[in-house]
Amino acid sequence: MSERILLAHGSGGKLSHELVEKTMLRAFFNPYLSKLDDSAILDLSGRLAFTTDSYVVDPIFFPGGDIGKLAVCGTVNDLAMVGAIPLYLSLSLIIEEGFSQDDLRRILDSVRRAAEEAGVEIVTGDTKVVHRGKADGIFINTAGLGVVPEGIEISGSNARPGDKVILSGPIGDHGIAVLSRREGLSFSTELESDVAPLNKLVAQMLEACPRIRCLRDPTRGGLATTLNELAKQSRVSIQLEEEKIPVREEVRAACEMLGLDPLYVANEGKLVAIVPDSDAATVLHVMHQNPYAREAAVIGEVRQGRPGRVTLRTRFGTSRIVDMLTGDPLPRIC
Amino acid sequence: MKFIDEFRRLELAQGLAGRIRQNSKRRARFMEFCGGHTVTILKHGIRQLLPPTIEMLSGPGCPVCVTDNADLDKAIALACIPGVILVTFGDMLKVPGSRSSLQKAKAEGADVRIVYSSLDALELARQNPDKKVVFLGIGFETTAPGIAASILQAEQEGLKNFYVLSLHKLCPPVIRALLDSGEVRLHGFILPGHVSAIIGSKAWEFLAKDYGIPGVVSGFEPLDVLQGVDMLVSQVENGESRVEIAYRRGVKPEGNLKAQELMYRVFEPCPARWRGIGEVPDSGLRLRPEFARFDAELVFSPDPGPTLEPKGCICGDILRGVKTPRDCCLFARVCTPENPVGPCMVSSEGSCAAYYLYGQDDE
Amino acid sequence: MCLAIPARIVSIQGQEAEAEIGGITRKISLALTPEAQVGDYVLLHTGYAIAVVDQEEAEETLRLLEEIAEFSEM
Repeated sequence: MSERILLAHGSGGKLSHELVEKTMLRAFFNPYLSKLDDSAILDLSGRLAFTTDSYVVDPIFFPGGDIGKLAVCGTVNDLAMVGAIPLYLSLSLIIEEGFSQDDLRRILDSVRRAAEEAGVEIVTGDTKVVHRGKADGIFINTAGLGVVPEGIEISGSNARPGDKVILSGPIGDHGIAVLSRREGLSFSTELESDVAPLNKLVAQMLEACPRIRCLRDPTRGGLATTLNELAKQSRVSIQLEEEKIPVREEVRAACEMLGLDPLYVANEGKLVAIVPDSDAATVLHVMHQNPYAREAAVIGEVRQGRPGRVTLRTRFGTSRIVDMLTGDPLPRIC
Repeated sequence: MKFIDEFRRLELAQGLAGRIRQNSKRRARFMEFCGGHTVTILKHGIRQLLPPTIEMLSGPGCPVCVTDNADLDKAIALACIPGVILVTFGDMLKVPGSRSSLQKAKAEGADVRIVYSSLDALELARQNPDKKVVFLGIGFETTAPGIAASILQAEQEGLKNFYVLSLHKLCPPVIRALLDSGEVRLHGFILPGHVSAIIGSKAWEFLAKDYGIPGVVSGFEPLDVLQGVDMLVSQVENGESRVEIAYRRGVKPEGNLKAQELMYRVFEPCPARWRGIGEVPDSGLRLRPEFARFDAELVFSPDPGPTLEPKGCICGDILRGVKTPRDCCLFARVCTPENPVGPCMVSSEGSCAAYYLYGQDDE
Repeated sequence: MCLAIPARIVSIQGQEAEAEIGGITRKISLALTPEAQVGDYVLLHTGYAIAVVDQEEAEETLRLLEEIAEFSEM
């Protein structure tokens, strides 16, 4: 029977300190954190990238990962998408009274392993405990700092007609893996979330092609929403080829069963890159060497045409519009 | 995926499209009754494969879209009763009622849960014996037999906390009502494949007999729809009017007798209000008296409050095939999927939602 | 109306079955299709099999469509 988190663990007293020492410090050993000062002092210069995200995923543990891994990868990826080298993360936890200490240790372990893989350090953090019922188990916030190397200018507004749109791998894995564990929708699958830190992949891509125009990870809202955002920001139109978009069979099957469209399902370990036409082959080649992008493919191109419009050419040669997601994709019967 | 991928083969689609273009000489207006067909047509751009002689019109075959405001208000009222868990298919969550929606009620504290199957609702009832689990029964003849089976199972298990609000509807009566209104001139129907898997093609014979209009029961893959159109064109060009089955792998003339038996063991036909169409006799299903203890309407007498219809919303006209989404002055301006005014925009099968997502001026 | 997809019956337990489609599996009810056997494909709608897929008819339909395609080219 696992020990539980108590309100006292969050009140700053003896129990709090015990918790920090037993769990946080044991998980993350670095000179910044072990100083236990109110703030970490970092010596950085250059263009700093700074981002933050909160993680409230339900269920907390899902096939392929958990909220801890997500909290690191999501923020690391946000830094990577602007071409930054991720360096430091903060880690804030809001824990519901009664949460299992074993589960907490498990989550922190995931955080540690993900941070190690990404090459970032957790240098500061905070823990609060709230009354039972006031948080869904655990909420996590991470903020991330990174440095953008000279000469890297990546922005959602850089896409130009003629550029190619590259997707790093099959879409929909995360959203469907999480859905498979939701109460009321259960189905069994070997499918795992694709959650992964993509900063090393991005570094490799940028080394081969510093002229990459846009990078974005299609998380909530899926690929369709991300491409709509890019098209709007760059004031261009994007045309996709349905047949070129990789989707795993299990994802297709789950989507067919529930009435969902893979284009709108969340991903946590994929990226979209918009690159000049002449660089597409090089970038693809580099991506294929990385385990997180073995199935990378050119899925479309940027065009003139109605700014902000994303269209899809179906396998039948017909075309249709791909709009942004509106609201949650809900399973349907019709 | 078996029986899906084969029915998306490009060369077979091209073959059918070629033949349709070759054979179609007369102008013809076909109605695809079912929202699922509308989605297939728009998702795969099937209109672009058809010649200009053919016009495809969407019909009222979207059980979400045709749910009357008063009925939805009842469901919302039920959700707001303390101790009730309102369980629904995902489609219904965002449909706007007179004042609220299930989604809004949920945000305000009502216990509303989404399930894929009424079997999941039964499980919720087992796991929450101190709560009253009310299942929102929406759907046509495809869905009702499963709900009937769930009710029978609840009865067998002696489950005391499972209820159904039956808003199920039947398709053939509403097509009759549509044709009787004489509002739209139709030359053929693409008939709903999965409803027909239950009721059979014989349930549609009246189209040919009483109205002289051909109908083809079609499946939902792109090839299925094209085949359905091809068969309709052949009939129209030859001046025939028969009811045929294109979806032979799923539909028999007599349908699924076991499913029909279960459906009518638990339910009986009753009058029902269809949004935009009004009351259609014998077009709904209600629980038979012997199942009264499962009937949420009888047990809880939910008070829906006064019914309000949204101003400017022409969902009714769109559902009857009299207008298209583009004719609606609210479409895409005021009424969008994030802020739907009427149900045609909420249901992913609704004409307006399908047009909004897939169909706005193809390049 | 509605969304029903072809799923393969992997095993049967009384009135329920384990069905598979594209690598995912789910428990479904055969209450409406008690005649379904292991290996059959059924049309799955909201957790219930509403019909057994007639595989011969499926093949026949594809043959017919192939003929049409050949003819169409000529």
